[in-house]
Amino acid sequence: MSERSEITLTINGQAHSIRVEPRRTLVDAIREDCGQTGTHIGCEHGVCGACTILVDGAPVRSCLMFAVQAEGKEIRTVEGLANGDELNTLQRAFMEHHGLQCGFCTPGFLMLVTGVLEREPEISDEDLVDILSSNLCRCTGYQNIVKAVRAAASELRQRRTA
Amino acid sequence: MSAPTKGSGFAWVGRSIRRVEDPTLLMGRGRFTADLPATYRVRFVRSSVAAGEIKKITVPANAIVFTAADLSAVKPIAPALHKFGYVPVVQPVLAAGFVRFVGEPIAAAVAGSEAEAEDIADGVTVDIGEAAPIIDARLALADGAPLVHVQAARNVIVEGKMETPGFAAAQSAAHRLVAIEVRSRRQNATPIEARAGHAVFDPASGRVTLTCTTQMPHLMRTAIADLIGIPESELRVIAPDVGGGFGQKMSLVPEYVVLVWLARKLRNSVAWTEDRRENLIASFHSRDQYIRLQGAFNAGAKFVALSAEVIANVGAYSCYPTTCAVEPLMAMAELPGPYDVRAYACVARGVLTNTCPMAPYRGVSRPVITMALERLMDLAAAEFGLEPVEIRRRNLIDKFPYTSVTGLVFDEATYRQTLDMVSEALDVPAFRRRQSQARSQGRYLGIGFATFSERTGYGTPAFAARGMGVTPGWETVELTMDPSGHLELRIGASPHGQGLPTTLAQLVADELGLSPDRIKVVHGDTDRTPYGWGTFASRSLVIAGGASVLAARKVHTKLKKIASHLLEAATDDIVLEDGVARVAGTDRAIPIEELARAAYHQLHLFKGEIDPAISETATYDPPGTFSNACHASIVEVDPETGRVTIERFVVAEDAGRLVNPMIVDGQVVGGVAQGIGNALLEEIVYDDTGNILTATLADFLPPTSREIPPIELLHLETLGGTTITQSKGLGEGGTIGAPAAILNAVNDALAPFGVVINEMPATPQRIRAALREAGKKQA
Repeated sequence: MSERSEITLTINGQAHSIRVEPRRTLVDAIREDCGQTGTHIGCEHGVCGACTILVDGAPVRSCLMFAVQAEGKEIRTVEGLANGDELNTLQRAFMEHHGLQCGFCTPGFLMLVTGVLEREPEISDEDLVDILSSNLCRCTGYQNIVKAVRAAASELRQRRTA
Repeated sequence: MSAPTKGSGFAWVGRSIRRVEDPTLLMGRGRFTADLPATYRVRFVRSSVAAGEIKKITVPANAIVFTAADLSAVKPIAPALHKFGYVPVVQPVLAAGFVRFVGEPIAAAVAGSEAEAEDIADGVTVDIGEAAPIIDARLALADGAPLVHVQAARNVIVEGKMETPGFAAAQSAAHRLVAIEVRSRRQNATPIEARAGHAVFDPASGRVTLTCTTQMPHLMRTAIADLIGIPESELRVIAPDVGGGFGQKMSLVPEYVVLVWLARKLRNSVAWTEDRRENLIASFHSRDQYIRLQGAFNAGAKFVALSAEVIANVGAYSCYPTTCAVEPLMAMAELPGPYDVRAYACVARGVLTNTCPMAPYRGVSRPVITMALERLMDLAAAEFGLEPVEIRRRNLIDKFPYTSVTGLVFDEATYRQTLDMVSEALDVPAFRRRQSQARSQGRYLGIGFATFSERTGYGTPAFAARGMGVTPGWETVELTMDPSGHLELRIGASPHGQGLPTTLAQLVADELGLSPDRIKVVHGDTDRTPYGWGTFASRSLVIAGGASVLAARKVHTKLKKIASHLLEAATDDIVLEDGVARVAGTDRAIPIEELARAAYHQLHLFKGEIDPAISETATYDPPGTFSNACHASIVEVDPETGRVTIERFVVAEDAGRLVNPMIVDGQVVGGVAQGIGNALLEEIVYDDTGNILTATLADFLPPTSREIPPIELLHLETLGGTTITQSKGLGEGGTIGAPAAILNAVNDALAPFGVVINEMPATPQRIRAALREAGKKQA
């Protein structure tokens, strides 16, 4: 076992002071040390994308990053999307288009898409399908995820130009 | 919720209302097993060799590690089947003496954190005297092959055999014989949430609560209590939010037995979260089969006989409760599919090997047998010079009820209609013109069809026919209206993404003239729900749904009685609608919540004619029903790279009454996506020593959004009388039809090369190898 170091993770605007080993992955720290269990673990080798979060605005596989690397960065997770109990546009679109079944991969998809749409609001429908291929879903067959994301992207674009 | 539409006779059934389960999951507030905190974490030490004798286990100093020696009082898992020459083999929950597959759990390392438990597990050395493993099922059948379990001669654990009277005569009188040999490689169901368990001991009551990612909470309680030797009342099993199952989570997991034992031993909380490598090597596999088929046809291309030989590689142990016989025996019973076959012979064997145990996975055997039979139909069509659609049309059953050659009763369905719908949607003549044009430009397009039945919602008699030691089938529900007029529906089924909390509420709402948001479905907790069989085999909407309707009808009757007292009207004159009980045709009405209040708090009003409270129980145990579908796809195969691109995929399906069409479509599309993975991508690969080469998701490849084309769906709704709700199950159909449709399309595309691919997945490597081979022959 190795020494633990004290770090502060800022998750959805809230500071969490925790003590972790250098080998602690960011996703384990978020889930176990900070108690934010909305981010899920699917493969721990960076393929499935269930653990996708935003670090300084960019989608990141939190199973492939160490907790100590995230010190001082702005972390956003699925728990930060809704306004209280009110779903945001993307979450509503997933519900409207039946973009989830068991819901286990869903937080990863939501964070992936949130990051992409913030960075690239005019992204084409075709490019969205490519982006979504970053993450795995075993229930939906993706069709409804694609529909939900296109609907949310279009609604967000309209709201911006209105 | 929006206002119901009147006129259909149903206010809520048939509408795509949004799911009640979604907001929690979308906000990251779902509760999955791995989210629970625990004092101790467990890491399992697993076998690194496929076969051998454990000589010595060496544990690091001061480490907490448990082995089979510590768990000697725990009975081994002993699945039972009373027919088909089943040889009972048992599996100790931790390997005792021998190991039989790579990944088999040998010891449990326990520590305060997962990382420390992994450190300890890494420090455990297991000295194994290696034996020669047997990996391939055909080799396992050979004389002199090593035996996985000594009591199973030639490694055969189960053998189904049947031959109809007059089979040989029918076959020998045939105009034409068409033979085919197909191979399905091994798959892993791969739910994105792998297995996880959490067991906590309560010192006050002496009970253990096991939270685990299971499809069958009540069965887990029975099985684990039996093995540990405690009354079931001392164990509570909770299936919280479960991150996909697809069958992989319906069998008993040895590791969960160890967790419950550990919680009692340590008088504390212990948790295990499987990693993806463990899931791929040591959770259950499926679909590893060889099938040889011979179809005998008359001059009109109609079946006169069918014979089959099925070899299912079932792995090193049998699974509980179904046993490993499910794949070979389902193959034998259902191989003739929806075709009119009157003479049939079949031998179906389950063969033990030194590989991970096989267990049900969505579709169970039918994706493989459908691929085999539908490939045979296409080959026969080619020999007769017919379009694939035409040979199917000539052979599909069309009079119902139809009793099959294996004794299955097919209820009313639309096999021919769905085939016609799909072939019209794809405009086959136009496609043939386009195909021939494309070929002249060096592009290879193909079209493939699959027609099939999906046996669903079957109860006790169907399972009893298999001779299972544990015979599932019925479902019970409890429906209680509390004094506030809200309802709780407690079910033994255990949904994990199928939308049952929404669809069952729709069914009950219509029976009681209420809005579904008044009905809360409680599931997945043995302390809170009636004993039941869980969710698998496309059964829950049919069986738990039927029981829910029956219970709701009892509540309906009681509410009318209460209303008749309070409104001083005849019971028959009372109607329940829009949340009130009304004297029909008048404005005399009383809100449901007042009836509920009176049933609890004003019982004296009823002069002893009404029992207190409103709580009804109902059970449903149906004979079963067949839904049906036709899948078809158009693909393009690149002969240079072997890449298959799916251009179109059309499904026409008939599952009777659709309670929530949005959820139905989600089930179909999700199933088709898994079928496409089965057809083109997913394969568990063992080397000759029994080591798995596909232990990450970079090697075992579930499809991404890039591989799944838009799936076009067409529906028919045959409203027969075989189920209470007139609904049929449909959770598995997508996976059943898609592999056959894709394989047929790939073969159609490659026809100009004289190439035949009867193996799935049809990977680029396999396609290229077949093309190279064909090229050699031509040269």
